[in-house]
Amino acid sequence: MSASTHSPVLKHHFDNLEQQHSAERLGMWMFLATEVLFFSGLFVAYTIYRHWYPAEFQFASSHLILWIAGLNTGFLITSSLTMTLAIRSAQQGNRSALIRHLIATAALGTAFMGFKAYEYATDVEEKFVPGWIFQEEYAEAVADLSEKDHSTAHAKHNPVRELAKLNLDKSVNDPGYISPQRVQLFLCFYYVMTGIHGIHIIVGIGCILWLVQQAYCGKIPRENYSTVEVVSLYWHLVDMIWLFLMPLLYLAGGGLKH
Amino acid sequence: MSIVIADEPRVAAPPPPEPVVPRRNYLNTEYGVLSWLLTVDHKRIGILYLVSISAFFVVGGIAAGLVRLNLLSPTGAILTEDQYNRMFTAHGVVMLFLFLIPSIPAVFGNFFVPMMIGAKDLAFPKLNLASWYVFMIGAGFAVYAVLVGGIDTGWTLYPPYSSRSHTNVTPGVFGVFITGFSSIMTGLNIMVTIHKMRCPGMTWGRLPLFIWAMYATSFIQLLGTPVVAITLLLLLAERVGGVGIFDPAIGGDPVLYQHMFWFYSHPAVYIMIVPGMGVVSEILTCFSRKNIFGYKAIAWSSVGIAVVGFLVWAHHMYVAGIAYYSALLFSFLTMLVAVPSAIKVFNWLATLFRGSITFHAPMLYTLAFLVLFTVGGVTGLFLATLGTDIHLHDTYFVVAHFHFVMVGGMVLAYMAALHYWWPKMTGRMYSDFWSRASATIIFVGFFFTFVPQFVLGYHGMPRRYPNYPQEFQIYNVLSTAGASILGFGYLLPGIYLPLSLFFGVKSPANPWSATGLEWQCPSPPTTFNFDFVPVVVCGPYEYAIGVDQLGRGLPDPPGPGDAASPYRPVGPAGPIHKETEVVG
Ligand code: HEM
Ligand SMILES: [Cu+2]
Repeated sequence: MSASTHSPVLKHHFDNLEQQHSAERLGMWMFLATEVLFFSGLFVAYTIYRHWYPAEFQFASSHLILWIAGLNTGFLITSSLTMTLAIRSAQQGNRSALIRHLIATAALGTAFMGFKAYEYATDVEEKFVPGWIFQEEYAEAVADLSEKDHSTAHAKHNPVRELAKLNLDKSVNDPGYISPQRVQLFLCFYYVMTGIHGIHIIVGIGCILWLVQQAYCGKIPRENYSTVEVVSLYWHLVDMIWLFLMPLLYLAGGGLKH
Repeated sequence: MSIVIADEPRVAAPPPPEPVVPRRNYLNTEYGVLSWLLTVDHKRIGILYLVSISAFFVVGGIAAGLVRLNLLSPTGAILTEDQYNRMFTAHGVVMLFLFLIPSIPAVFGNFFVPMMIGAKDLAFPKLNLASWYVFMIGAGFAVYAVLVGGIDTGWTLYPPYSSRSHTNVTPGVFGVFITGFSSIMTGLNIMVTIHKMRCPGMTWGRLPLFIWAMYATSFIQLLGTPVVAITLLLLLAERVGGVGIFDPAIGGDPVLYQHMFWFYSHPAVYIMIVPGMGVVSEILTCFSRKNIFGYKAIAWSSVGIAVVGFLVWAHHMYVAGIAYYSALLFSFLTMLVAVPSAIKVFNWLATLFRGSITFHAPMLYTLAFLVLFTVGGVTGLFLATLGTDIHLHDTYFVVAHFHFVMVGGMVLAYMAALHYWWPKMTGRMYSDFWSRASATIIFVGFFFTFVPQFVLGYHGMPRRYPNYPQEFQIYNVLSTAGASILGFGYLLPGIYLPLSLFFGVKSPANPWSATGLEWQCPSPPTTFNFDFVPVVVCGPYEYAIGVDQLGRGLPDPPGPGDAASPYRPVGPAGPIHKETEVVG
């Protein structure tokens, strides 16, 4: 590739574009390896606790909002498709299609985050948040339940109160008792895992918007399509991690419904 | 007719002419603070790291000094108990995360990996600069935390104490978390560079052993650091949010933290030592004028350490309540991980055997490394043994063990590297006398500091306690006395190295008559290292036949060093005068 030696996208310390692109790709693959290790710490911890506390994980999982997770899964899978189409457009040197596909990807990612935010807001409203929020609500629910007439108990309905009702008249060692503490443990996982994943999505959207800007300025000519490819690798990984998070967090209930 | 085979003396290839000293090198192409803060030159970034971690070394050293001073008296000489806790934590956090982990990879890895494989720069120069900024931001948080307010948990930050302690744990953990990313960036950069940027002829079998060591180190950095990152993040979430997955109050298990922490932090001790082993392989061959013995064994043992090092973490937790059989298994695996280290030591010894050894400062540091690292490694085996560790765990024996490997090993290897490559980095020679003096003083001081700690630990003095029974005082006083010698030894390079920048003799391109590619560019190098595309024709240590990696002859090596001309005496140690011939 003698033409490429003078290409404007060739950086000074590489001999040729091929070397530059393969270095970029390898770098991204290695970064993905670190990402996998990063999340695997969480997965290991999750596995251990789920093994220890199956009933609590089941209860908590079945009270997350499944339809949002399903919809979001659809968004992300579609966004992986548009991302791949973007690579194709870049390879063909079709700038407008490239920009279109990138924007579609970013939009799908944003939709994901939007629904996620709505889900968080609902969770907070339902007091399904570990820590004092959960504990106060639980204590209040227990107090309400112990009132003879149960007049206030049905005024509010949320998973925390449901748990209190479930545990009514049971003591810690009874079968069927679902420890509110360990439900919070699950919730810790839920917030940390989806939170970190969400940050990754936001970073990904940022990178894609940067690509849009680059493409708009004509800085992604055909021979430089690998920039798009490198970002896509990251995007696919984030997408794939969601495909693991989704069943672990939302489907661990095993169809249990109260 | 008989055939007479004449025993003709072999003639060494002529050494290359001294390269013309270029008007512009990487140090004087640009001036001004901004030219440093915005540089993407791997050499300048290496210098940035050198300056910053030297500062952290001083901070950590002062904390250590205070800890040792306090231990002069059985009831604590100068600090309150609280201050004492904060001091040893400050010492541990700063030395480990801000000095040892970045030390050789970020300074010499940055500077010399591209040069040794014949590349113009690392694969991702901007990422490299970013790594320094990330490091400095993280270091800012960490130093703020340990100095203002302090942390009293020890560097291991075990919950549940660390999630409840009223000291400054949050910014400290956050700082360490951030510096981890810088470590990942450096490792990734170096690994991609080694894969993709080798010059023509630089096959994997011709890579200098320092490169192999850096490769293994980067592997650990890439795969280990993210695990500690998530662990610290979970700890942080627990502290800030009030609940978390290590919190026993909600059914969490603090021992899980220990597992996840050591899954990184044991491999991290190899991030600290493997680059040092690489440096030792370079220097040892050069100053004994012999080919390395067992190139492949040393190269693969680096990789072996990197892999097996991931399987031994629970040897820090024998008494933390892990299952008996898993402790047994980890004990076995820990003994296994000592094997590659031993392979290296034996190969180094074989390299020294019948070599023409000269004792310049880099070699003195390296020899000190050999002795001290071996002691440290062997005492590691005492600790690896399940039965003995129950007695020795959390005593000064452990403290002495890891200081032998980390200070006697890595810090000395770092000093060796600094003295070996200083002429290349700065273009100046430092004082021969003072550098040898400091190496000797450090070696002696080190022994006085840490040998008494073995005794203390064996007799049961726990680590991290400010008080101790009267009969231990003599050993503690000895140790503190040794520490002051050690401190003086470290002070010396802090004086003569900067002085050499102004008063040092100008260094030739290849002052040690070494074979590596980094010595083929002028001292100090130009911005893109090589004006030509280097083509490598042979292995990295052809001292027996006296050719460098470009197939050219070597200049005369420095002799034993006489006072009249300490840097370029004609020595008896030339490659072709050797009585034995080592090929391969
Ligand atoms: C030769 C192989 C080695 C073996 C078999 C070994 C074994 C061990 C064992 C079993 C412990 C745990 C002792 C205890 O807490 O009861 C330990 C602690 C330690 N080792 Fe090693 N070690 C080796 C090499 C190294 C190296 C090369 C380094 C660092 C460069 C290192 C640094 C440490 C540190 C920092 C600790 C203490 C951590 C702490 O609790 O604060 N070790 N070693
Ligand atoms: Cu260890």
